[in-house]
Amino acid sequence: MIEFKNVTKILNGNAILNDMSFDVRKGEVFVIVGPSGVGKSVTLKHMVRLMTPDKGQVRVGDEMVSEATGAGLEKIRSRFGYLFQGGALLAWLTILENVALPLRERTDMNDEEILAKAREMLRLVGLENDEEKYPAEVSGGMKKRAGLARAIVGNPEIVLYDEPTSGLDPVSSRTIDSLIDRLKRELGVTSVVVTHDLHSALSIGTRIAMLHGGKVAEISTPAEFVNSSNEEVRSFLEASFITKAGIWERNLK
Amino acid sequence: MLENMGRHALSACRVVGQATLLFTDAVISLRYIFTKRSRKEVLIQLFVSGIKSLGVISVVAVFTGMILALQTGIELRKFNQEVYIGTAVMVSMLREMGPFMTGLILAACVGSSMAAQLGTMTVSEEIDALEIMSIDPVRFLVMPRLVAMAIMTPFLSFYMSMMGVLGGGVVGATQLGVSFSAYLANAERHAEVKDLYVGLFKAFLFGLIITTVSCHEGLSTTQGAVGVGMATRRSVIVSFLLILIVGYYITRLFYIS
Repeated sequence: MIEFKNVTKILNGNAILNDMSFDVRKGEVFVIVGPSGVGKSVTLKHMVRLMTPDKGQVRVGDEMVSEATGAGLEKIRSRFGYLFQGGALLAWLTILENVALPLRERTDMNDEEILAKAREMLRLVGLENDEEKYPAEVSGGMKKRAGLARAIVGNPEIVLYDEPTSGLDPVSSRTIDSLIDRLKRELGVTSVVVTHDLHSALSIGTRIAMLHGGKVAEISTPAEFVNSSNEEVRSFLEASFITKAGIWERNLK
Repeated sequence: MLENMGRHALSACRVVGQATLLFTDAVISLRYIFTKRSRKEVLIQLFVSGIKSLGVISVVAVFTGMILALQTGIELRKFNQEVYIGTAVMVSMLREMGPFMTGLILAACVGSSMAAQLGTMTVSEEIDALEIMSIDPVRFLVMPRLVAMAIMTPFLSFYMSMMGVLGGGVVGATQLGVSFSAYLANAERHAEVKDLYVGLFKAFLFGLIITTVSCHEGLSTTQGAVGVGMATRRSVIVSFLLILIVGYYITRLFYIS
């Protein structure tokens, strides 16, 4: 569904992505993990052409996103939802208006339909009682949930998550995880999740990619990932105190 | 050293090119001006750039007029010509001081706030979020601000000129012994329509300059909160300089042929 082919991206003289290749399959939750500054968010931004590769290609289905412009790019982007690290909600709009924004700007739906759909999404993420609040009036976790509601309000085929659980308490983190899982199971949405949170990665991931040195060091299922002999993966697992048993156990079977 | 100068010159050319493209994009986006959302946003921006600046503009205008009247009055009194302060204040306010002071105030108050707001949106990924939603940030954010400033700056410039004339009249009546009616009659008699339209044209251009510079600085922000501060500072400095330079050339164009 998404294919990276020999992608290189140089920022401030450093090759953040160095001849990177991988693919994301339709309907899976593809999790990208790795230490800070390794290029996880940069990888995500290439999928919607918020960044353009210096070398290589990025494809979404049959379309070459790395070369798309204008209406072609808009069409590709309309297939995506994107949850940003801080939610990226517009400060002068209420939570409800933020969630309704993509529908207002991109569809011909009338006001009533737009608000009904936005409220449905807010119910899904548990924010039905906070729709009139402004982003500055809600917590970080609520902003992320509102950002998630906005990302999925247009029924995208693919949702990209940039650190969806960072800075959240464990309960809110699991709520986000279960939403990602639910979108995959109930709506067949393809998800790409960038995270530091290995507990989350092992719980929701269909496959996990470990980035190191601008390349993909390993791609494996959660079960294979926990048992990996790759040095980078092992040190990452040990740093997260991951053993073979844990809350992700169900996903490993 | 030459290499450094060349690098700076190239960088300056790039910035000018980017700002020109941004302005062109905003002008092209004017075709969406009559959509419900754009109209609402323009009204909000008219309020922010206009009504919210009225207080400071009024104070600055009155005192500018008072200073002008006092300074010219002191000199003219030496020749018993203090009755002409009306002309001096009216012509200076309409031609130069009205648009110039309005431009500076709007660059400092409204332009800096535009740069800071768009800069914060850029570093907190809100601009990226708009792009993902296929909402053009230029149409959504820049165009309404450009329209509002293009309308509001000439209006505020005219308002400032009139308030300045009023301030000058008060000084004339209380400090220089020129009656208010004589002051006004003199001001009216010698001011020309050309003074009015050249001043308004200048103000219109200043509005476009301030918005383009500030929005460009905001949308080019990097490096988090520090970057927002730097973008805000640059937007004010560049706007000030361009207002001075463009103001000079407009005056030369219309008054020295």
